[in-house]
Amino acid sequence: MKFSYKNKKITGVLAVIPKNFKTFDEEMENYQADKARIKRLKIVMGYEKHHIVEEGVTVSDLAVFGMEYLFKNNLLKPEEISALVLVTESPDHFLPPTSNIIQGRLNLSTDIFCIDINQGCAGYIVGLMEAFSLLEQPDMKKIVLINADILSRKTCKEDRNSYPLVGDAISITIVENFAENVLIQGEIKMDGSRADVLMIPAGGFKMPSTPETAIIREDKDGNRRSLNNLVMQGREVFHFVQTEVPPLIFDLLNRLKITKNDIDWYLFHQPNKFMVEKLAEEMGIPYEKIPSNIVTNFGNASGVTVPLNMTFNLGEKLLNSTFKVCLAGFGVGLTWGSMIIEIGNFNFCKIIDF
Amino acid sequence: MKKVIEILHDIRPEFDFAQSEDFISDGYIDSFDLITLVATLEKEYGVKIRGTEIVPENFLNLDAIKNLLKKYGVSNEI
Repeated sequence: MKFSYKNKKITGVLAVIPKNFKTFDEEMENYQADKARIKRLKIVMGYEKHHIVEEGVTVSDLAVFGMEYLFKNNLLKPEEISALVLVTESPDHFLPPTSNIIQGRLNLSTDIFCIDINQGCAGYIVGLMEAFSLLEQPDMKKIVLINADILSRKTCKEDRNSYPLVGDAISITIVENFAENVLIQGEIKMDGSRADVLMIPAGGFKMPSTPETAIIREDKDGNRRSLNNLVMQGREVFHFVQTEVPPLIFDLLNRLKITKNDIDWYLFHQPNKFMVEKLAEEMGIPYEKIPSNIVTNFGNASGVTVPLNMTFNLGEKLLNSTFKVCLAGFGVGLTWGSMIIEIGNFNFCKIIDF
Repeated sequence: MKKVIEILHDIRPEFDFAQSEDFISDGYIDSFDLITLVATLEKEYGVKIRGTEIVPENFLNLDAIKNLLKKYGVSNEI
């Protein structure tokens, strides 16, 4: 699906990161392979540490904390909010929607539209699309887009395929209508025939969690996990990203009649350093224009990696400057999408600890 | 410059790679070893292997790896 939106703008991004973190070296003992192999993997993939929420902390806890920070610091007023869009794969409950829970805990107006979207690594693109679409309605003020995931809870600690790269975090992005004439364009694709490549098999209605689904088993590569855990077929995911993402972005650049050099920054989802560097090489983009350090410093918190990329790598530059950026997300679904947008002159762009 | 078989042996010293025609099915290298192998080959031979070519077929055995490297202009000392 090709999309375009007129006169919309991101006006602030806040990332909320749990203080608690574990280093790759600390966790190496959990994985079924000799240390030399694991250490080589650490270097190539860029694994250093990942931030993990403490037991009992939920997505709504992180979101309420971040929203209260914005209210207390006069960066957002409750009465300015028209809608709350939450993109997460780790809701507090099956029902009600976690966005409603966040609204209720913050005592926000009942006029606020709340919606949960089940999306992962392409979730920033999907969330922005939803936010921009909502802004087409009359009398809309600010849309609060929350990307949030705490998938460390659903990833087996003995699974070196997934656990070292997973991180927990949320981001809050404020999206508004904008008086100046700007155009945001992008494209998104989905392929449900490959849905099993990234999946948590048990815990839904198809396969409820039972003592049997909680049994940890070893796969042919020596990774250990249960059916209640996230399964990531690493080889298939890697191939999917390398074959689908570059053509999507080149098509988009062609559609806009611009070249790759016209883009100031490529802010991509970051499953691991190696995958991002291979994308850069395939697309002929200098490594310097496509940061790949989010997994190293925080872990991969699904749809949060793109806004975290903004706060961590551009930070205060986004308060006083503007950049033409290419955003891209790819993952669960399978889903892959990209958006070219001018960002900058934000009211805030920072990271806070939870 | 290390030869491919030495590189493979560094990654998984417990296996005799000359004896296998299918490193993947025989369990000699898994998906992570494959990434490590690519990174090491790139460093040793000064090449950048395209992401789309990092598929099991190109790393099944010594001949497959040598053929892949030849595509990148590496023909001596492999």
